[in-house]
Amino acid sequence: MGMQFGIFTVGDVTTDPTTGITPTEHERIKATVAIAKKAEEVGLDVFATGEHHNPPFIASNPTATLAYIGAQTEKIILSTSTTLITTTDPVLIAEDYAKIQHLLDGRVDLMMGRGNTGPVYPWFGKDIRQGINLAVENYALLRQLWTETNVDWKGRFRTPLQGYTSTPRPLDGVAPFVWHGSIRSPEIAEQAAYYGDGFFHNHIFWPSSHAAQMINLYRQRFEHYGHGAADQAIVGLGGQFFMRKNSQDAINEFRPYFDNAPVYGHGPSLEDFMEATPLTVGSPQQVIERTLQFHEYVGDYQRQLFLIDHAGLPLKTVLEQLDLYGEILPTLREEFAKLRKPGVPDAPTHAALVAKAGGPTDTALYGAGDDATGTTDRDLDDPEVAEILDGAL
Amino acid sequence: MSTKRIVVVSAGLSVPSSTRLLADMLADAASRAVNARGVEVEVEHIDLRGLAHALTDNLLTGFPSAELKKAIDAVHRADGVIAVTPVFSASYSGLFKTFFDVLETGVLDGKPVLAAATAGTARHSLVIEHALRPLFAYLHAIVVPTGVFAATEDFAAAGTGAEGDLQKRVERAAAELAALLGSPTGATGAAPAVAQRRLVEDEFESPTDFATLLKRASDGPPEY
Repeated sequence: MGMQFGIFTVGDVTTDPTTGITPTEHERIKATVAIAKKAEEVGLDVFATGEHHNPPFIASNPTATLAYIGAQTEKIILSTSTTLITTTDPVLIAEDYAKIQHLLDGRVDLMMGRGNTGPVYPWFGKDIRQGINLAVENYALLRQLWTETNVDWKGRFRTPLQGYTSTPRPLDGVAPFVWHGSIRSPEIAEQAAYYGDGFFHNHIFWPSSHAAQMINLYRQRFEHYGHGAADQAIVGLGGQFFMRKNSQDAINEFRPYFDNAPVYGHGPSLEDFMEATPLTVGSPQQVIERTLQFHEYVGDYQRQLFLIDHAGLPLKTVLEQLDLYGEILPTLREEFAKLRKPGVPDAPTHAALVAKAGGPTDTALYGAGDDATGTTDRDLDDPEVAEILDGAL
Repeated sequence: MSTKRIVVVSAGLSVPSSTRLLADMLADAASRAVNARGVEVEVEHIDLRGLAHALTDNLLTGFPSAELKKAIDAVHRADGVIAVTPVFSASYSGLFKTFFDVLETGVLDGKPVLAAATAGTARHSLVIEHALRPLFAYLHAIVVPTGVFAATEDFAAAGTGAEGDLQKRVERAAAELAALLGSPTGATGAAPAVAQRRLVEDEFESPTDFATLLKRASDGPPEY
């Protein structure tokens, strides 16, 4: 499949400004599941959920959420928007997402993000001022844990590892595909390019020029690091829409949500914001046209996700938005396919990654391990091993 | 002959305002002083009144409207800035402060700034020393030694004209600004000696190599 379409959510619990009703956490959590299932039903390819550890969000523990949704869906790829690579121990990310890979037969990938809520960092023993450094060191370790067994590692932000093998090993010996998301930190575009990973720009709430600038840098550096031509880099894009058959109905219905929304509410007018950012409120035809315009400044890309369940929109409305999304989906697929240059890579899937790796491999260690580390290659003459057995660590 | 760009930021609210009047006096004097050194000068005025809504929106959304971005870019590109505020409640006005609040960190690094203020009474005359200088010091700007404060009475007939006290202060401050902007031969004042912090734009133009980012990430004592 050339291009994947889907939705992403941040799991905000927001009062509906038109009714004054605030969903309970329980209702919002269940709504997230209903939205994901509906996304599969209308033919979308991807559902991604964010991660937050503070009110007013219900997006903590994304792995339980994704596994639960995964058990009730069959085809849709589940992803994150984003996984907090700064404050989450990469050892846990390695285990959790390899486990989900197995449970969902590879129907999962991840998007790394730093998180911009300052107070959250110290709750996890971290400091937001080290955000970039945390993202760089933690991700380097995460990759190593997915590709190597018996890892010896020492770094700045977590305790050292000696002879550690993350379990389960990634499904078929292939780590989940990784996107790196950032709004305005060139270092993260550089990171994605260096590894040849995907780069995702959220492309909401901010002018599209930010997305264009970041993606352009990522493409250039992708080529610089020898992963292929700039137009072969793997790009994902966000977006935000609200649709009704009649564009004026869309504007009238969405305006109170816009005016009171977290992040941008009580600021610019809906009209000004639509002009300044990728937000599209209008008819299905207008959403199709605006979405196709993304191609003008991003080029051929692999994944398009929209934010549709934010600012207190009730579940019923969100599900109606998904029905409309489903209706324009064939046109979007067809028109983007027409624009697509030959030689541009397809959107990443587990099957494609396995094929690229030359087929599935099993990297698990099945020998009897020892009680301390699970490793099977213990060399008692190795001074480091002797030190551990002496209780040095 | 090189051309120096001076951007005049004024936060007066009425039209015409005494703040804009002082800004014009400073801009004229600065142009003459720079020209006198054999350097061409371009002056651009930014009246914050017209950007008041855009500034509030920027606080809320985190990005500037197109018009505000133009003003911010002008300050970024300027060789020198003349900043003039009315005194509200014993300090610079909120509108004035908001403009400097939305500038990206580092935009004023090493930039010569002439600070000036107007007020209804001479009792506010130290506002430049206790409010404007600390603000621009924090922003790593180089504030010219003479600040220009003008109370209503300074604009009164007795104090105006070439021989007036206010005009003398204006000329002195303008000459100091011109000296900081340098001469056409390239001999300049203090500005180039100030370390410039790296802006996001700099990172886009010449990205830090990932090997450096990787090394930097783990370079430091353990933080666990």
